[in-house]
Amino acid sequence: MTSAPTPAELVAQKALMVRLETLRLSRIAGAGHYSGTFSAAELLAALYYRQLRLDPANPRWPERDRFILSKGHAAIGLYPILADLGYFDASLLDSYTRLGSPFGDHPDMRKIPGIDFSSGSLGHGLSIGLGMALAGRVSRRDYRVYVMVGDGELAEGQVWEAAMAAGHFGAGRLVCLVDRNRLGIDGPTEDVMAAEPIEARFAAFGWSCQRIDGHDVDAVLGAFEALGDADYAPPQLIVADTVKGRGVARMENDVNWHVGNLGPEDYEDVRRELIEGASRGH
Amino acid sequence: MATERPSREAGLDQSEVFRGDLRAKESESGVTRRSIPAFVAGEELADLADHDGRVVVLTADLASANRLNDFAARHPERFFNMGIAEKNMISVAAGLASTGLVPFVGTFASFAALLGYEQVRTDCAYPGMAVRVLAHHSGMSLGYYGSSHHALEDLAAMRAVADLTVACASDANQLRAMLRASIDLPGALYLRLGRGRDPEVYERVPEDFRFGAATRLRDGRDVTIVTTGSEVHPSLAAAELLATRGLSVGVIDMATIKPLDVEAVRDAQTCGVVVTVEEHSVIGGLGGAVAETLCDLRSSAALLRHGVPDQYVEIGPPAALYAHYRLDPPGITEVVLTFVSSLG
Repeated sequence: MTSAPTPAELVAQKALMVRLETLRLSRIAGAGHYSGTFSAAELLAALYYRQLRLDPANPRWPERDRFILSKGHAAIGLYPILADLGYFDASLLDSYTRLGSPFGDHPDMRKIPGIDFSSGSLGHGLSIGLGMALAGRVSRRDYRVYVMVGDGELAEGQVWEAAMAAGHFGAGRLVCLVDRNRLGIDGPTEDVMAAEPIEARFAAFGWSCQRIDGHDVDAVLGAFEALGDADYAPPQLIVADTVKGRGVARMENDVNWHVGNLGPEDYEDVRRELIEGASRGH
Repeated sequence: MATERPSREAGLDQSEVFRGDLRAKESESGVTRRSIPAFVAGEELADLADHDGRVVVLTADLASANRLNDFAARHPERFFNMGIAEKNMISVAAGLASTGLVPFVGTFASFAALLGYEQVRTDCAYPGMAVRVLAHHSGMSLGYYGSSHHALEDLAAMRAVADLTVACASDANQLRAMLRASIDLPGALYLRLGRGRDPEVYERVPEDFRFGAATRLRDGRDVTIVTTGSEVHPSLAAAELLATRGLSVGVIDMATIKPLDVEAVRDAQTCGVVVTVEEHSVIGGLGGAVAETLCDLRSSAALLRHGVPDQYVEIGPPAALYAHYRLDPPGITEVVLTFVSSLG
């Protein structure tokens, strides 16, 4: 009899599921945002299996924590989690990106239970999250709002409008997670449009900041445990240093895999590589 | 964004920019009673919020200009001044709305519609959020502030957005009715307002107002003017002038641009001549909507779309601009007469 997985083991297992499902769904679509999803896999798994206050049977539960995937192109990694948690039947994912499917490359809250807000146009999510956090204040609810942004997304001016406003209002229950995978579409963020110093920039707007290894599950869970839960407090930033394409050697740190498509033979190779890597604790 | 905002100048205290406004002079002489649409929103929303916990209000450093500070004074916990950051404000409102609140967002129409267009479309309309954008000082009502502060494209832009209601208030009473009706309106609303000095069209709050339904304000056999917002009052005045010239002119207040009241257009075209009048580009606004509908109806009625030509307008005080672009009563009168005579 095997013992129940530890929290870190559970998150790692679910992160593998995210990666494998990303492979599978990309094959249906004929292309996929592999690498920016792989960089976020541990973060997404840690959020949904250890951190968010949720009731999958009641997706609109007013007291739930909210999650906004502002880097909406990683939705391919979020859908399998929602299916796994029971928000909808997993077989529905087989329609991914096909005509009439609820599941597109970017998430649509009107079509998918468990999506707290539609996303896709970068730079909007932190503002939406701030609105949700202020709504919690107005409605006297103590939920938290988590927003995951990409590092390239930090070039969007609206992010900083939101960061400034969140600091101004003391939206302490707003948590911004930066998937710091260092690559945009055209190259390293520091070449295309420098994102650093990320914490200093947010801190200047009144945020409290942590920086962690986004693939170290213990570190991710530790950062979550360190979050404060008070309103009228600094909003909270977690910069997660990650590797774009994490888990697949040919994709890691290769800008060409922002959007890509694996051929049939490569598919099995990569699938094996992910499973073997996970079994080695990578 | 480093635009200098005339927040004080656009408010109650600074009359310099409006000193040449003929409409204001009309009212001072007692010809019309002054009413101030943009300025009743704060008070009306505060009244609504007394009984409805869903109402929240946001503005972008314009609470004194649009008098949303009347709301802030009574419901400070439900008021958010977001600073000069309109895109963030509209998206924040969408986040608020996602929890079931009904946010009203007030700023100049040029910034609400043009700067915030994607936020209105992607964060409000597309996900079906009950955000109400109060786009005040629309058209060229900011006069000599110039084209940066004019919104003459907003109806065309907003009309193309699916699942967005688009409406124009013609006076304070209609605005109150619209605000009340908006509380339970599904989805997002773009509500276009004047600059807060529009003369009274409706003697009392039209309690039967509903979005999507036009109001026939005047019957006429020869021509029907279909108008909206700030041009309703001058169109009525023009109809009076045209009567003295022997033309019987009806006037329809097409307060909702989208969804358009098709039956009202059908009614308008029965007299054979339709003139649309709007403080907006002749492209894509009310005139465009009516033209499309007449086409759909296979109407043989003659249509003239009267508005601002496809150009950036001259510098000038609002009243001078309305006269220059023939959007004041004498101008509308002249435009209609010329059109009718051209029909032979």
